[in-house]
Amino acid sequence: MKETLEKIKLQSIKDLESVQSRKELEELRIKYLGKKGELTQVLRGMGGLSPEERPVIGQLANEIRDYINEKIEETSYCLKRKELEIRLNSEFIDVTMPSKRKDLGNKHPLTKVQDEINQIFIGMGFTIVEGPEIEKSYYNFDALNHSKYHPARDMQDTFYFTEEILLRTQTSPMQVRTMERQKPPIRVLVPGKVYRRDEIDATHSPMFHQIEGLVVDKGITMANLKGTLDVFAKRLYGEDTKTRFRPHHFPFTEPSAEMDCTCSACMGAGCRVCKNEGWIEILGSGMVHPNVLRNCGIDPEKYSGFAFGMGLDRIALLKYEVDDLRLFFENDKRFLAQF
Amino acid sequence: MLVPVKWLKDYVDIKFDPKGFADAMTMSGSKVEGIEELGKEIDNVLVGKILKTEKHPNADKLIVAQCDVGNEVIQIVTGATNIKEGDYIPIAKHGSSLPGGVKIKKGKLRGIESNGMMCSAQELALNLEGLPEDMLDGIYILDGKYPLGADIKDVLGLNDAVVEFEITNNRPDCLSIIGIAREAAATFGVVLKYPKADFKENNENIKDYIDIRVENSELCPRYMARMIKNIVIKDSPAWMQERLIKAGVRPINNIVDITNFVMLELGQPMHAFDYRDLEGKKIIVRNAKPGEKILTLDETERKLDESMLVIADGEKPTGIAGVMGGYGSEIKDDTTAIIFESANFNPVNIRLTSKKLGLRTEASSRYEKGIDPELAEKALNRACSLVEQLGAGEVVGGSIDIYPTPVKPRKLSLNIKKVNDFIGVRDITGEMAMKYLTSLEFGAEMAEEGLEVTVPTFRNDVEGEADLIEEIARLYGYEKIPAKLMDTTFTQGGKDNRQKIRDLAKANMAAQGLYEVVTYTFVSPAVYNKISLKAENPLRNAIKILNPLGEDQSIMRTTLIPNMLEVISRNYNMKIAEGKFFELSKVYLADELTVEKLAEERETLAIGMYGNVDFFDLKGVVENLMDELHVDKYRILPSNNDSMHPGRTAELLLNNRRVGFLGEVHPEVLDKYDIPARVYIAEFNFEEILLQCNMNIKYKILPKYPSVARDIAIVVAEEITAGQLEETIRNKGGRLVEDVKLFDIYRGSQIKEGYKSMAYSIVYRSDEKTLSEEDITRVHNKIVNSLINQLGAELRQ
Repeated sequence: MKETLEKIKLQSIKDLESVQSRKELEELRIKYLGKKGELTQVLRGMGGLSPEERPVIGQLANEIRDYINEKIEETSYCLKRKELEIRLNSEFIDVTMPSKRKDLGNKHPLTKVQDEINQIFIGMGFTIVEGPEIEKSYYNFDALNHSKYHPARDMQDTFYFTEEILLRTQTSPMQVRTMERQKPPIRVLVPGKVYRRDEIDATHSPMFHQIEGLVVDKGITMANLKGTLDVFAKRLYGEDTKTRFRPHHFPFTEPSAEMDCTCSACMGAGCRVCKNEGWIEILGSGMVHPNVLRNCGIDPEKYSGFAFGMGLDRIALLKYEVDDLRLFFENDKRFLAQF
Repeated sequence: MLVPVKWLKDYVDIKFDPKGFADAMTMSGSKVEGIEELGKEIDNVLVGKILKTEKHPNADKLIVAQCDVGNEVIQIVTGATNIKEGDYIPIAKHGSSLPGGVKIKKGKLRGIESNGMMCSAQELALNLEGLPEDMLDGIYILDGKYPLGADIKDVLGLNDAVVEFEITNNRPDCLSIIGIAREAAATFGVVLKYPKADFKENNENIKDYIDIRVENSELCPRYMARMIKNIVIKDSPAWMQERLIKAGVRPINNIVDITNFVMLELGQPMHAFDYRDLEGKKIIVRNAKPGEKILTLDETERKLDESMLVIADGEKPTGIAGVMGGYGSEIKDDTTAIIFESANFNPVNIRLTSKKLGLRTEASSRYEKGIDPELAEKALNRACSLVEQLGAGEVVGGSIDIYPTPVKPRKLSLNIKKVNDFIGVRDITGEMAMKYLTSLEFGAEMAEEGLEVTVPTFRNDVEGEADLIEEIARLYGYEKIPAKLMDTTFTQGGKDNRQKIRDLAKANMAAQGLYEVVTYTFVSPAVYNKISLKAENPLRNAIKILNPLGEDQSIMRTTLIPNMLEVISRNYNMKIAEGKFFELSKVYLADELTVEKLAEERETLAIGMYGNVDFFDLKGVVENLMDELHVDKYRILPSNNDSMHPGRTAELLLNNRRVGFLGEVHPEVLDKYDIPARVYIAEFNFEEILLQCNMNIKYKILPKYPSVARDIAIVVAEEITAGQLEETIRNKGGRLVEDVKLFDIYRGSQIKEGYKSMAYSIVYRSDEKTLSEEDITRVHNKIVNSLINQLGAELRQ
């Protein structure tokens, strides 16, 4: 019996070595370990053995069964590996083939820059407000301290619907509307479309976008104007950005200043973008003119404030180094997809 | 405003370093736009004299010249034909440089040594205007005898720079060299020297020569005149011509040049009348008569009206006051006596006149910004002084000055604490403020809490304390003001609901692969025909711009569809195979535009797509957007629209209100936009969508019990819509129906003509228990029965 067992073992080793598939392996498992398998047959015949022989043969038979079991597991694992390898090899793809992309979609570059600027000012406690584009000339000019004969009022420069109604030429009328509606403290940012009677070319457009800011409170100073706009410039163009405030003139602020930033293309060294000046004009600003406060029913002896305005389109042009304003309004998908 | 630096230095003693000067002036409020450094690139070019010329032995067209350059005689070979022995010319010696980075080196030309180059005007980058023909092509021949070997830059005035300033319209006083000099003096802390303005008068009296009357003092607050006789008209001296040319004015003759010089120097436009031409020896400043005409200096006949002011003699207008003189009254070569006019005119009237006539001149553009009436006298005296200095004539005794209401300087008080508080500093003292203001020629006296300030009459822009603070702040230096964040009241910033939902909608559109577009809000009235709107369509009622740039941009849009079709047409015709776009912007609506009721500016969403898409792609985009904005009760039902395909258009209903449409564009409309492809567009009133957004989002429990799907195939008549079938299934199924999916439509064999087979998968689920076979069958049968009974469906086996 012992010989039979040894023979089974040898035979199983031989069989397992030549097995090619998992199906053959399963057949072998049945052949040796199945209910009618060879080893099972041997164990059934153990009844005829002597009590001394029985444990010895039993142990041997168990050992052999475990051995075969282990071998089958091992072989099975190898076969699986082999099959997987074959499959993986057959599934080669050329990963350099073109993808199945869909258009990504995008907000307009002007919207993107607008969002960025909004966030900067919201962080400094500004509320975003918006106003009408078809506006009274009172709000656009008179209340903003423009004299009755200010050249900007010309039909040549401003679009009119009637003598008293026009397309706003600036977002500044919302300064007045805000101050009429709300008492200080005021901190608002006003983005929106504005219109001037310019023919379309690479740097002009009859419709463009401005962002206006207004702060009114007790004790607001020119130092606050500088501080706030300096933070804005650093957030927009990077912490290394420096600002420069130059005296200027606007009818509705006094003192007035224009703010330049160090050119982000050359960091102030001078280049084509900044026309070798190292500085780029970004916005106009100033302390709210006492006449404007008075026009809105705010006492300039008690309150002071500052206002600023910038051209979104210009800022976007500079940011993305776009050399023709018209591209923003032509809406070519190949342009829109770049931002 | 062009300011030649040498001229500026006549009045202020400053060291000129271009960058330092530009920065300092810009920071004190006079913005430098640019500096042209004349002759910057010219080096080692000297005055030489041609001693001898000979033909080149080996070349017909070349000349060998011996030139004296002071300390040596050098030989130069040249091809120039306009030179002769004795000419004084600019010579670039060996090792010299010329504009454009040109270096001159000695060499041999056809075997003969040439040790330098004679220069043309172009090579020296000189102004070519007015140059004689032979000098344009040939060598620049100097107009006189200059010291040999002298630096050509000194001789030609090229050791100079011209600074261009941007002058804001509140500072007309800076439209003059003296105005800029005043700013420079205050900026650099130096003294301003006024030019000489004294002169001798003869013992006659101007009043014996001319009678002057001002009929409208409101339009002419001041009129001054002096007479010059025994005039010899000739060229003005080189120093004056040089200054005029650099400032951008062409020299004419001594008298005209004096008027221009004074205008540039002091800012007062002047006029010189030829005394012979003044009929009746009279000057009358009056309004034009109705229908009166004048031929102006530019030989154009101008029709005047009564609002315009003219300068007339005894007979006729000889000029339009402050705008332009009349033809024929100008200074001629044989003029011997003139009347100098130095007058002040009402700025608004000049502006209106110049606008009505479409005639803007150097004089009118200065007058319309407002000129100090006090300047008239200073300018007139300066002009007479120059006449004397140039030996141009003899000043007749006395002047005429019609100035009924002299201007009074404005007085303002200034509180020093307020100055500091307003600027946000602490260190500005009364003395400092006084120093700044007086350097700008303000009068200032110490008072209790600050200063009593007298504003000079040429600073009409300074009206109140805030203006004074600006003057102080800019001389203190904006750069010295600290940058401080606001430490006053805390305010809570942010966006309102509308802005947030708009952001969300835009983000959603982009996430669905759409590109946002921005288009012009004014359009052509022709767009309504292009999109086939019927004559009675209320969208045609657009607001018109009075003064549009052109008919094509003359109305405010009432719909975004034409803009969207333009965008698609543009992209399609750029051979871009597909594209999806959206615009969230305004349309402008008003039956009648009044100050009391301005237009309704309605936010509107337009979607447009073409390429590999169909109606259902568009519908999907819309449904996703509705989900994003949590608009629950929306329905999309068949509809029609003037611009759209009659069988492929739907409307969007929110709470049973129609808020817009979606569908395929009518092929006739597409034809007009030159798009030979199918285009899908939608347009919604975003204001209505805003009302239905429910951003108060609450979590729904995820299902606990299993779902069961049952498929059903039915045959129905063509006119029964999928919408009706789904509605019936959901109505009858109630809360147990979780989802209804149409998975197949079949028409053809086995299905009779005019009918279609529709296959649905209905998903049943309860949130209370696991549904049993009987539960499901009960509902399912109910659904099947009503499909059969209500919609005439037949079950397909």
